Amino acid sequence: MAKSLFEEKLNSDHFLVTTEVGPPKGADVSEMVHYIELLKDRVDAINITDHQSSVMRFPSLGGCLLVKELGGEPILQMTCRDRNRLALQADLLLAYSRGIRNVLCLTGDSIDVGDHKEAKPVFDLDSVQLLRMIRTMESGKDLSGNDLKGAPEFCIGTTVHPAADFIEPQLIKFEKKVAAGAQFFQTQGIYDLDSLRRFMQYASQFNVKILAGIIVMVSARMARYMNDNVPGVIVPQAIVDELANVEKGKGLQKGVEIAVRTIKAVKEEKLCHGVHIMAVGNERIVPEIVEAAEL
Amino acid sequence: MIVAEQKSLEEIRRMIAPYERVLILGCGTCMTVCGAGGEREVSFLHSALRVAQARSGDGIHSFTEYTVKRQCDPEFLATLVDRVKEADALLSLGCGIGVQVAAEHFPDTPVLPGVNTSFMGAVSELGIWDERCAACGDCRLAETAGICPITRCTKGILNGPCAGTKNGKCEANKDIDCAWILIYRRLERLGQLDKMRRYYPPRNFRTIPRPRRIVNKVRTELGESNG
Repeated sequence: MAKSLFEEKLNSDHFLVTTEVGPPKGADVSEMVHYIELLKDRVDAINITDHQSSVMRFPSLGGCLLVKELGGEPILQMTCRDRNRLALQADLLLAYSRGIRNVLCLTGDSIDVGDHKEAKPVFDLDSVQLLRMIRTMESGKDLSGNDLKGAPEFCIGTTVHPAADFIEPQLIKFEKKVAAGAQFFQTQGIYDLDSLRRFMQYASQFNVKILAGIIVMVSARMARYMNDNVPGVIVPQAIVDELANVEKGKGLQKGVEIAVRTIKAVKEEKLCHGVHIMAVGNERIVPEIVEAAEL
Repeated sequence: MIVAEQKSLEEIRRMIAPYERVLILGCGTCMTVCGAGGEREVSFLHSALRVAQARSGDGIHSFTEYTVKRQCDPEFLATLVDRVKEADALLSLGCGIGVQVAAEHFPDTPVLPGVNTSFMGAVSELGIWDERCAACGDCRLAETAGICPITRCTKGILNGPCAGTKNGKCEANKDIDCAWILIYRRLERLGQLDKMRRYYPPRNFRTIPRPRRIVNKVRTELGESNG
């Protein structure tokens, strides 16, 4: 039996659509609740980010509980940056006990890119070790080999960077993640379909599902900023130029157009198993993208 | 070796403010090589403190200076007893270890740190020092082509690069090489990429139950002492 609704879809031929909602900086969750309600029936699952870009926010686990309460399918993003192995295991037990069944395992961005640069970086584990730790917990043991009273079960995924400027070391890591039990991969932002094609030619030998990451850019400025400051983002110059050449106020429209075009191409070519739409602060336009891309 | 940076004159003046007779104590080993607290720096700091005092007109201090061969070794500190008796405080330009060994050795004299001890590293080019060892107590360099991911990767991760590496540099600092790209390239050159394909389990932090102690590693009776 599938561990979650999302896993059930993962195991089918369904073209998967996931998106993400970033929690607020503060205790007012009304906007996040609004986005979750807006998106929950339009996508297969909603990721809740875990202090994305190392900026302190409302927790991913709290956001996932809200998704559950509102009747959606959450994917718990979990980084190793802020918690050691005790805290990670405890949060996984809490998540499982409250019906959260999908986890995206990440190492986490460096503390230095965020808004608490003086904090102590944890990184007790890395993403590969986190994936393995979850499989260990499923066997009824904690990471130290002690018995668990009640073992959790998760559908687990992680990320891969097909557009990396030096791909070979990333592929070694990808294979380690597959061996560690990853069932699905949500890629870093994809703009250049050639890099995705090359990656999929190689990745199709593994029994895992790949969701192409689609980051919606709203301006050339944002693209340049992300290129310089956001780990794992590489926006090709052609896309930056395309965004730069639109009239003032039409940036978001162009960003949506690029996203829709990319998603359609991925789907039509059956390049991979789905898409993961990251609107970074513009969650409200995701339904429009889903509709325009005929997902 | 241990690498440090001298504290600002302002901070040093604040620390020594309550003490009249200050002995500036340099160290002839690591601090001399890294230029933070050897004989030369002791002499420069001595002059700088005197000039600053003369300019401000409110100083009460008299300074003496001395540099021992190794401040972290009580044997060398033993020769200082008479000089320390004549001082109200020791301003140590030794590393954090030197400061503490001096404090243990002279229980009645305040010992103040004149440098910030930074890391264990090596010279990359003239005047530039780079961290190389985190003293993790569980050396993995055989598996990583002699390049330490615990020290040189900002996240200290063991199973390959994160996705933040770009142009071979680190996401945390574009001037710093990504340790895992360096490791990949050197393993490739050595024909040992299989080492990178292996899974490395979580680190054992019990190798660092601070403070650490090593017993009986130096067999002095056979003349193998490091002194």
